[in-house]
Amino acid sequence: MKFLERIVENMEPKFAKGAKLEKLHPVFESFTTLAFTPKEVTHKGSHIRDGVDLKRTMMTVIIAMIPCLLFGMVGAGHWHYVANPTTDVDVTSFWASMGPKIWYGLGVLLPLIIVSYGVGLTVEFIFAIIKGHSLHEGFLVSGLLIPLIMPADVPLWMVAIAVAFAVLIGKEVFGGTGMNVVNVALTARAFLFFAYPTSMSGNSVWFGGQPDGFSGPTALGELATFTSDDQASWAFQNISEFTSKYTMEASWMGYIPGSIGETSAVACLIGAAILLFTGVASWRVMVSFFAGGLAMSALFNVWGANEFMLLEPLHMIALGGFFFGGVFMITDPVTASQTNTGKFIYGFLGGFLSIMIRVFNPAYPEGVMMAILFMNVMAPLIDHYVVQANVKRRLKRLKTA
Amino acid sequence: MSKTIKLRKGLDIRLLGEAEKVKTSVDAPETVAIKPPDFHLLTPKMEVKAGDKVKAGSVLFHNKYNDKIKFVSPVSGEVADVVRGAKRRILEVVINADAEIQYEQATVPALENMSRDEVLKTLLDSGLWPFVRQRPIDIIADPDETPKAIFISAFNSAPLAPDMDFIVHGQDELFQKGIDVLSKLTDGKIHLNVKGNGAPDAAFMNAKGVQINNIYGKHPAGNVGIQIHHIDPLNKGEVIWFVNPQDLIIIGKYFSTGMFDASKIVALTGSEVSNPKYIKTIIGTNLSKLVEGNIDGDNVRYISGNVLTGEKVEPNGYLGYYDNQITVIPEGNQLKFVLTKGWMAPGFDKFSNSMLFPTWLTGSKKFRLDTNTNGEERGFVVTGEMEKVFPMDIYPMYLVKAIMVNDIDAMENLGIYEVAPEDLALCEYVCTSKVNIQSVVRDGLDVIYEECM
Repeated sequence: MKFLERIVENMEPKFAKGAKLEKLHPVFESFTTLAFTPKEVTHKGSHIRDGVDLKRTMMTVIIAMIPCLLFGMVGAGHWHYVANPTTDVDVTSFWASMGPKIWYGLGVLLPLIIVSYGVGLTVEFIFAIIKGHSLHEGFLVSGLLIPLIMPADVPLWMVAIAVAFAVLIGKEVFGGTGMNVVNVALTARAFLFFAYPTSMSGNSVWFGGQPDGFSGPTALGELATFTSDDQASWAFQNISEFTSKYTMEASWMGYIPGSIGETSAVACLIGAAILLFTGVASWRVMVSFFAGGLAMSALFNVWGANEFMLLEPLHMIALGGFFFGGVFMITDPVTASQTNTGKFIYGFLGGFLSIMIRVFNPAYPEGVMMAILFMNVMAPLIDHYVVQANVKRRLKRLKTA
Repeated sequence: MSKTIKLRKGLDIRLLGEAEKVKTSVDAPETVAIKPPDFHLLTPKMEVKAGDKVKAGSVLFHNKYNDKIKFVSPVSGEVADVVRGAKRRILEVVINADAEIQYEQATVPALENMSRDEVLKTLLDSGLWPFVRQRPIDIIADPDETPKAIFISAFNSAPLAPDMDFIVHGQDELFQKGIDVLSKLTDGKIHLNVKGNGAPDAAFMNAKGVQINNIYGKHPAGNVGIQIHHIDPLNKGEVIWFVNPQDLIIIGKYFSTGMFDASKIVALTGSEVSNPKYIKTIIGTNLSKLVEGNIDGDNVRYISGNVLTGEKVEPNGYLGYYDNQITVIPEGNQLKFVLTKGWMAPGFDKFSNSMLFPTWLTGSKKFRLDTNTNGEERGFVVTGEMEKVFPMDIYPMYLVKAIMVNDIDAMENLGIYEVAPEDLALCEYVCTSKVNIQSVVRDGLDVIYEECM
């Protein structure tokens, strides 16, 4: 490591103040701090500091996403071969013929990841140079989240535009990492969802490279047909027919079509375990999000106005992006509520609204994205009331004293 | 009526180099200094100049805006130098100490017969007043106000902090005398807060005229601000005074003997000290004789005070006025490679309150921590981590943000009157984004002092 250290020390003067490459110092700093924790020591206040820093925190989130990433890779391949049957690949079982499936999945995911990081980091570096600080770590997570919430067939140029939009408008205009109001990854998805709806929803985007005429809706897309009054347009006669096609097991394991990383509840749960154990994600938000989703589904069960509402709560939350959103999106500490009480309210309403939007609004078969974005906007309001309660307690003490 | 306070939040940072319970002595220091910056917001007005002879108890300078508050020399000798810094701010008043200390001798009448005003005047004239400090703002108390209560924290919970029970042991009478003095100053209660788990010294337990409260919990349970919050919270417009136990003994001595005897016991601690121990010395002492031959390594930091709130000093610098502890820890001014010691390392050498490091696996292992920030400063991202180590009904991050944007109304509403920088020292320690929270809080208190007091 001594030799790396020497390289860093030799290069330092070239980027120092007044030197030729002064303007690129943030870039230099960003790369060297990846390899070495800087020499920076404390001056004022606490002389020792906790070992934890933002790099390690963000790294943990990336590790937690790996199960979803790997599962999504297999899934992308599997659904491609379901839509394009060949004799070499067995699609009767999800785990059969892994070779070609992984190979295809890699071909879908790798370009997505490269484009996402490439575009995002370029924007980030431009802002870092303008502002003269090194790269902040927030995008390391967003850059991997974005590919995982895209349909397999999304064109790369769209992803590039969406990422640039999300980083610019979603984050940098507010001041960068830690200052954004709404989740960056979901901003990218919402941008595509409204700008290019045909590439982000419907029956033709989930099965990678699907041929014309092949109809490949997601489970939720098929469920949404129940909300129509015209029984002829229903995908199934009743809810039990649905649960026999998309069984509870398949829904939890993730043997259903959907965005690349979102399908498997089990893979998300592995990530959840990592995030909760390390404390990177707030258990308050996560637990109350799932409680909210289950509560809403149970309410619908009781109400039972249409077949959709009759879906079991545990089945309901296993579909779509509910798990992925609940584990990786709503727990983003920057956009979530920041008070402990607020976190419970925020999470619960997030889960509650996700299911509500799903069932009530056929235009959005998946309500998680909208619900989380909405709660992101509402989080400061929730916090405001929680903090005001604290302020009132203090004022009351003054009066009684 | 004694109160029992149990605190669940907090953090005890396990550091190497706890002082062994032996009281040792070293040669009297050749120089001693009083550092005006130790008294926050003070503008000193010198009464002596270099070359003047002083005795222990002779006035060196007073508060420019309140000349009743005087600061006296802890030793006799000759004023060597008045060290000034930027904008001619006075940093140190250095005195060449005599081998044998000569005291200013005052006659103090019997305490029982003294009125509040007489006690107050005695404290002010003798230079004992700076030992009496106040919350809010965490500065020397204003003698024109009357506090609603006086607090004494009989233990220090900071990392490697000296054991107050050990230090005051056997000084029961002087301690009681100090309490008697304080009781003249307030109509309210005097709260003596002792460590719940452990056996507090007889000097504390037998104290009369006080309410003894038991405090359980991790650091910052020993901070007087936390104790005030849970026992008799401060509201806007109220004042509480507080005094350190050792300083109270100095007050007690003066009222017994009429002499300003500034001797105290300090703990020499830290992982770089070969033999950590307690040393009998004097306020403002030069450190060199205390640490001589007892330090391992060269690349070390000397701290007057504890690692969380202390002041960085030179090896030949001076002990802070209120400090009972010297800590020596390694400097962290080296590059740390990512996989071995950096942010991707296993991290068994790092003490972390988060579960991202295996600190929770290490049992009661003690750590040798250096001064590296372990990361770069960022915007606030992680939430909830400060609340875990901040046992007050206050939202620390909201308060810090209110201070950063200089919103005085919000600061007041969020409870700035109840905090001092030291109370948020652990928040600063655990902060993932490496924000210097203590100096932010200090700035906020300064604004409040200027605008609202």
